[in-house]
Order: sequence, then structure tokens, then C-alpha cells
Amino acid sequence: MSSFIIRRLLIAIPVLLILIVATFLLMYAAPGGPFTSERALPPEVMANIEAKYGLNQPLYVQIWKYVVGVVTQFDFGPSYIYKDQDVNDIIAQGFPVTLTYGFWSFVVAVVVGVSLGVTAAIRHNTWLDYLAVGVSVGAQVLPNFVMAPILVLIFTLWLGWLPGGGWQGGQWEFIIMPVIALSTSFMASIARITRSSMLEVLNANFIRTARAKGLPAHTVIWRHALKPTMLPVISYLGPAFVGMITGSVVIDIYFSTGGIGQFFVNSALNRDYGVMMGVTILTGALTVLFNLVVDVLYAWIDPRIRY
Amino acid sequence: MKMKHLFAYTAAAALFAGTAFAMDTHPVTGEKLAENQELTYRLMDQFPTLDPQLNEETVGFHVIRDIFEGLISQDENGDLIPGVATEWTPSNENKTWTFTLRQDAKWSNGDPVTAHDFVYAWKRAADPATGSPYSWYVEITQIENAGAIVAGDADPDTLGARAVDDYTLEVNLDSPLPYFPNMTTYATLFPVHQETVEAHGAEWTSPENIVSNGAFMLDELVLNEFHTRVKNPMYWDADNVILEKVTGLVINDHNQALTRYLAGELDYMDDLPPGQFPNLQAEYPDEAFVTPRLCSYYYAFNFTDSGNPALQDVRVRQALSYAIDRQVIVDNVLKGGQWPAYNFAHRATAGFEMPTIEYSTWTQAEKDAKAKELITEAGYGIGGEPLTLKLIYNTSESHRQIATVISQMWKQKLGVETTLENMEWKTYLEIRANQEFDVARSAWCGDYNEASTFLDLLTTTHGANDGKYSNERVDELMAASKTSMDPQAAYTEVEQILAEEMAIAPIYHYTQAFMKKPDIKGWPLNNVENNWYSKNHYRVASE
Repeated sequence: MSSFIIRRLLIAIPVLLILIVATFLLMYAAPGGPFTSERALPPEVMANIEAKYGLNQPLYVQIWKYVVGVVTQFDFGPSYIYKDQDVNDIIAQGFPVTLTYGFWSFVVAVVVGVSLGVTAAIRHNTWLDYLAVGVSVGAQVLPNFVMAPILVLIFTLWLGWLPGGGWQGGQWEFIIMPVIALSTSFMASIARITRSSMLEVLNANFIRTARAKGLPAHTVIWRHALKPTMLPVISYLGPAFVGMITGSVVIDIYFSTGGIGQFFVNSALNRDYGVMMGVTILTGALTVLFNLVVDVLYAWIDPRIRY
Repeated sequence: MKMKHLFAYTAAAALFAGTAFAMDTHPVTGEKLAENQELTYRLMDQFPTLDPQLNEETVGFHVIRDIFEGLISQDENGDLIPGVATEWTPSNENKTWTFTLRQDAKWSNGDPVTAHDFVYAWKRAADPATGSPYSWYVEITQIENAGAIVAGDADPDTLGARAVDDYTLEVNLDSPLPYFPNMTTYATLFPVHQETVEAHGAEWTSPENIVSNGAFMLDELVLNEFHTRVKNPMYWDADNVILEKVTGLVINDHNQALTRYLAGELDYMDDLPPGQFPNLQAEYPDEAFVTPRLCSYYYAFNFTDSGNPALQDVRVRQALSYAIDRQVIVDNVLKGGQWPAYNFAHRATAGFEMPTIEYSTWTQAEKDAKAKELITEAGYGIGGEPLTLKLIYNTSESHRQIATVISQMWKQKLGVETTLENMEWKTYLEIRANQEFDVARSAWCGDYNEASTFLDLLTTTHGANDGKYSNERVDELMAASKTSMDPQAAYTEVEQILAEEMAIAPIYHYTQAFMKKPDIKGWPLNNVENNWYSKNHYRVASE
């Protein structure tokens, strides 16, 4: 197992390098640049700015310097748009925010989603099942950019219970609406996957055997059915977790949280090469890491899987 | 240690009590003031920088104007009033400007604000090493050698600005510029504190490092969330500053911002959701305001070979422009009190008398008839050669609506087809700058309150003249206007030429619609650049 983990971590290095180079090339292929503005800058002004940021060097030199900076000093360079900040500051500010609401969204989505899914499967074709399926379909079709303004309308404008946005270092009243808005559709997917997986497992031979042995229903569910049920759920949860903790531009924009998702999208629109690279690498590294975690969890849950 | 704290608290309490006592009523109007002197407003985007020399946009400039103070400020009408400078006098036929600085101006750390700080800041703005995107602004102020410094051909120390003594600043210009004082109200020419800039590098503007000289100081900053600025006790006019704290919340989405305004989380917001102003005005008559805003919206025609050859024909350009029913766009699409435009420079521009453009006096039916006649004469449109134009605009709901409406007008009235292409901002800029269009949605906002900020755009070499319109007479007139004490005649002639040749199709002159809580007073309702200074705002007690 440990050799498997080491092998996977080693493979991650070329994966990330390829990611860096590909992102760099794509970024430069996009029309315009960080300093393109409505008034075309006089060539001498543009030259000064490009010299300041080293953008006048050949592309391969820029990529090389960037990689060296990242690897040796963990320095992701300056932001080309937020001129008073460097990328490390921006990530240090935005990522904890995203991590916080992403983590809680994950917890809510898993707990509620799995409970709904399991309940629906156990009470297959009863009103509970229909209710659970109804809720999850409803949650699935309600995208977060619709959900977010509705939440603010209800809880801020009409009821006056919660602030309409902001983060304030992560006080609870600022976290609630982002978590509801972000977790809902994930919750719905988890519920659906859990339900269908559980239904399949409940029809399997080993469950029939367990029942035949006379085990009580809750033992059958908890001891025997839940673990295999979770296999497809977990393969969904790995990328979903990365998706949540690396942020949602919708959540960041509607709730002014200052999270990393908005920086990511803005950096693409503004051609802020530095921030774009930084967040891409962060997201890439987390994706690689959590795919690995998922694979390890697989082996733990299903004794048939061996690496 | 304890004693020290105790002392600090006592001092702070005494100071606070003193302020509260002094500020029971407004010193000028006598209105009863509220206890809560905090103001919260909405920022549409995170400002990229608070470095005056690097700033290039308005969201940041709103903050910079509060935390820094230039030589000259603006009053509620946009007229010049003393800032750090108390007097300014031209000599040498407007080629030399001498500013006398007040001696009680201080930086937030207690250092005096001197002429040397201005000289340092201005050299810094022009210095290639600073890499300021607004270094061209120093060039257009005509300060001696600015152009050569920006181009890297001269040392920044050769800039024509010098501190005669600590409180006298002398500026020498390459050519006379009557409106030079107006230009000092922009951030690029604000002073910065040399020691601080040099000690902290790019991060000198962070709340823990910044030293500034405005009525407020930056207190907290979280990107894309909020920032706060608090009253600066070192400010020379601190006794007359009533607000204690200003908070700016970044809220990208217009509707979300409006909901939060209505929920009482904001005292002020502009950039209202498109088309909503009439409803808001009906429902909240004492909170909804509209003022002129120094920007013009227009469609640029491509004059280069890459554009449709039909556009070379003045009759086609005229027909296209005449066929646009501007009143419909203003009344039914925008609904924010905008003015239909037939000339380029905004009607509210200071000292600018908007010339009467002939076709603006025709009825729309007359314009349509003339348009049909012209397009037929040119051999295009209904019954003539088919004409299809590529119209580009950057992605936005209101640009899309306007483009759709105009393309319908062109199709119905002239038989001219349009292909609409929208693209995100940076791509659109690149496409437009490379003349890969026939007609391009464009707009221009004044960098300063003088008509040349608009009309210069249509001179041959201007960086935003993306249609590449070129007319020798226009170039000549605009060059001459720079040194003229009364440039109005030149501006009138330029506008008439632009209208005759239909260099662009002007569409509307902007307004600024905003919502403001009724207890916030002192907001300038007549400053066309929307330059507000929080030192003038206050909250009155509710009766």
C-alpha cells in the first residue's frame, strides 16, 4: 500500500508540470493580456510594464523562471491585476474562506444526502422514498445562482435574520447561506447515488444470506450493506470535495465571501496570469491528492481491491 | 505596561468625547447629527490597487480620494477648491504653474506634507521602473520631459516639477496648458510618502504599512469582501470631518446589492440593475437620484481596409446613424434618464457648450426618410446591393439589448443586415484594437472634466481611436485647442466635422443613477465625474 502511495505521489510531479505548461500556453493563447485596456497604452508605457513583470522575455524563459520560483521558494509570483498583492497573499486570504464553507458544505451534503438516499432505498416505493426522491430532484434542479438570491431575499430582506453577505473571518451567521447554497445540489447527487447503490446492494446475495441468518434489519444495513453502498458514493465524493473546497464563483460573487473561486474566474477574465497559475496549481494538486485519498479509501472499504 | 495602556485609553476616550461633543450639530447647516457616523457603500468590483500612481480605474479612485489628498480637490459641482495647495498661479503664459502648499498638512504618521512629496510622486508616476499604466497621464499634463522619461530617454529627475522650498511647488510645462490645475485632482498626481513606499515595496499600501495624507486612513482590507477607512486625526481639517468610519462592501451582482441596500445593509449604491430606476424612483422618491455622468456611448465605424468597404462612403455612415432612434433606446431600454446623443463630448462637460448638430433637430421620421434616401443613393440596402455588417460588443445585458434594437432599426428602415458578436471584455478589446469589426460598441468616460478628454479620442494617433478615423483638420484643431485660452470655437468646429463625416454614431450621454439613504447628507448631486469625498458626508439624526 505504501509503495502504491509513493508511486502515485511521484506520478503527481510530472502531472503538475504538464498542468503548469499547458495552462501557461493556453493563457498566452487567449486574446488580450493583463494590461490590455480600453485606451491602448502607448508602446513605451506597455514596454515599461512588460519589463517590470518580465513579460518581455521568451515564453520558455518565463515558464522556467516560474517553475523554479514555485519549486524552490514556493513563490507564485505577483498578481498582475491586484498590484499591491502577490499570489501567495491572495491564496492565503481566499483559500481558508473557501476551505471553511467548502468543508461544511461537504459535511452537510454527505450527512443529509446519505441519510436521504439510505432512507429512500430501505423504504423503497413508499411515501418516504417518493419524498426523498422528490427533495433530491428539487434540490438538483435548483442551481446555486438561483438559490443564492432567493436565500438572501428570504433571510436578509424579509426575515432580517442573516447578513446578506460578507465573511468577517468566518463567523457562523455568515457561513449558513453559503453552505446551504453550495451543498444543495451535491446533496441531491449524493442522495441519488446512495439510493440506487443501496438498492442494488440490498438485492445482492450476501445481503440475502445475512437476512437468512436472521440478523436484525439494522445490523444488515449498518454492518453489511452500508460499506459496499458507499463505493460509488466515494468515487463521486473525491472530486466533489475538491470542487467544494476550491470554491464556487457563484457563492463568492453572491455572498461576497472573498473566497478563491471568484479570484479564479476573475483571473481568467482579467488575464491575471499569476493568480490564474497559482489557483490552477492549487486546484490541480488538491485534485491529485484527493483522487489518491479516494483510491486508498476504496481499498479500505472493499477488501477485494488490492494495489 | 498597564499604565501605558490606561493612558492610551484615557486619551482616546477624551478625544472621542471631545469629538462627540463638538459634533452634535453640523457646523454649517446646524442639522442635528446622528450618533452613528458610519457610512457603508457598495463597490461593484474589488479595486486592483490603492497606489495613487498605479491606479487606473474609478472604484479605487473613490477610495484614494478619501485616503490621499492632492493639490486641488473638487466641490459638489466639480469646481476646484484647495486641497493641500491653498493657491495656484500661472506665469510664463500658462507654461509655469506655482502652487503654494498649506503648512498644516500632515501625513498620518505626523510628518509634514511638503512639495518634495509631490515631486517624488510625480517622478515616480513617470519612471519606467514603476511601470504605471497611467504614466501617459503625466505625459498629457505636458510637464517638461515627462514624455522622454516615460520612454526611458531621460532620467526621472529631469521632470519639470521642483520644490522651490518645502511649501512651494513649481511646475514647468512643455507647452501652455490652461487646465493644468484640473488635472491635479486625479490620483496619478497625488503625493505619496517616500519613506513608506521605499520601505515596503509593492505592499506599502496594505493597512499595516500605509501612510497617507487624506481625511481618512485605510484600516482593514480583505480582497473581494470589504475594506474600512477611519477618520485620520492628523488631517489638517479633521475638526470638520464628521464621519468616523466608511466601509466599502464588494458586491458584484447588481440585484444582490439592491436587495442588501433595501435590507438596510448599505447607505449608498450606484450601478443599479439595468432598467430598474423608474420603479425605484416611484417607490423610494427620496432615495433614488440621477445625476449626469461624464461618459458617452457610441458606435465606432471601422475606417480601415479590414472594415466593410461600404463604410468608406459617408452616406452609408450617415444613414446608419440617422436610422438609430435614440429616444427609444433611452426611454425603453435604459430607462435611467440618459440623453440621446448626436455629438461626442458629454453635454455636462465643464466649460463646454454643446453645439447644435443639425440632424438632432429633425424628427425621427425626417431622419428615417433621409437615411433611406442616402442608403439608396449609395446603392445599398433595400433594392440595392445587400449590406451585412459585423457589430461587436462586450458581453453585457444592456449592450446586447441596445445592439439588438439598433440592428432591428437598421434592418427595417435600411434593409441592412447585422451579425451581432459578443465577447468577454479582454477579447473584445483585442478584436476592437485590431479593427476586426465593422461597427463596434464603444464608450468613453472623461479622464478629467474638459471637452478635450472626449474629442482627443478622434484624433489620428489616440490609443482608443479603434475605428482609425482620421481627419487633418480635427487633428489640427485639437492640437491648437491645448494652448488656447478659449478652445470652445475649436470644439464646436470639431463636433460639426464629426457629425458631417459621421466619424462615429453617438448614441447617448450617460447618467449616474444611485440609491442613498435619506439620513446621509452632503452627497454631491452635481459632480459629473461622480467624485465624492467622504469628508463632506454626514448622517443626520432621525427626527
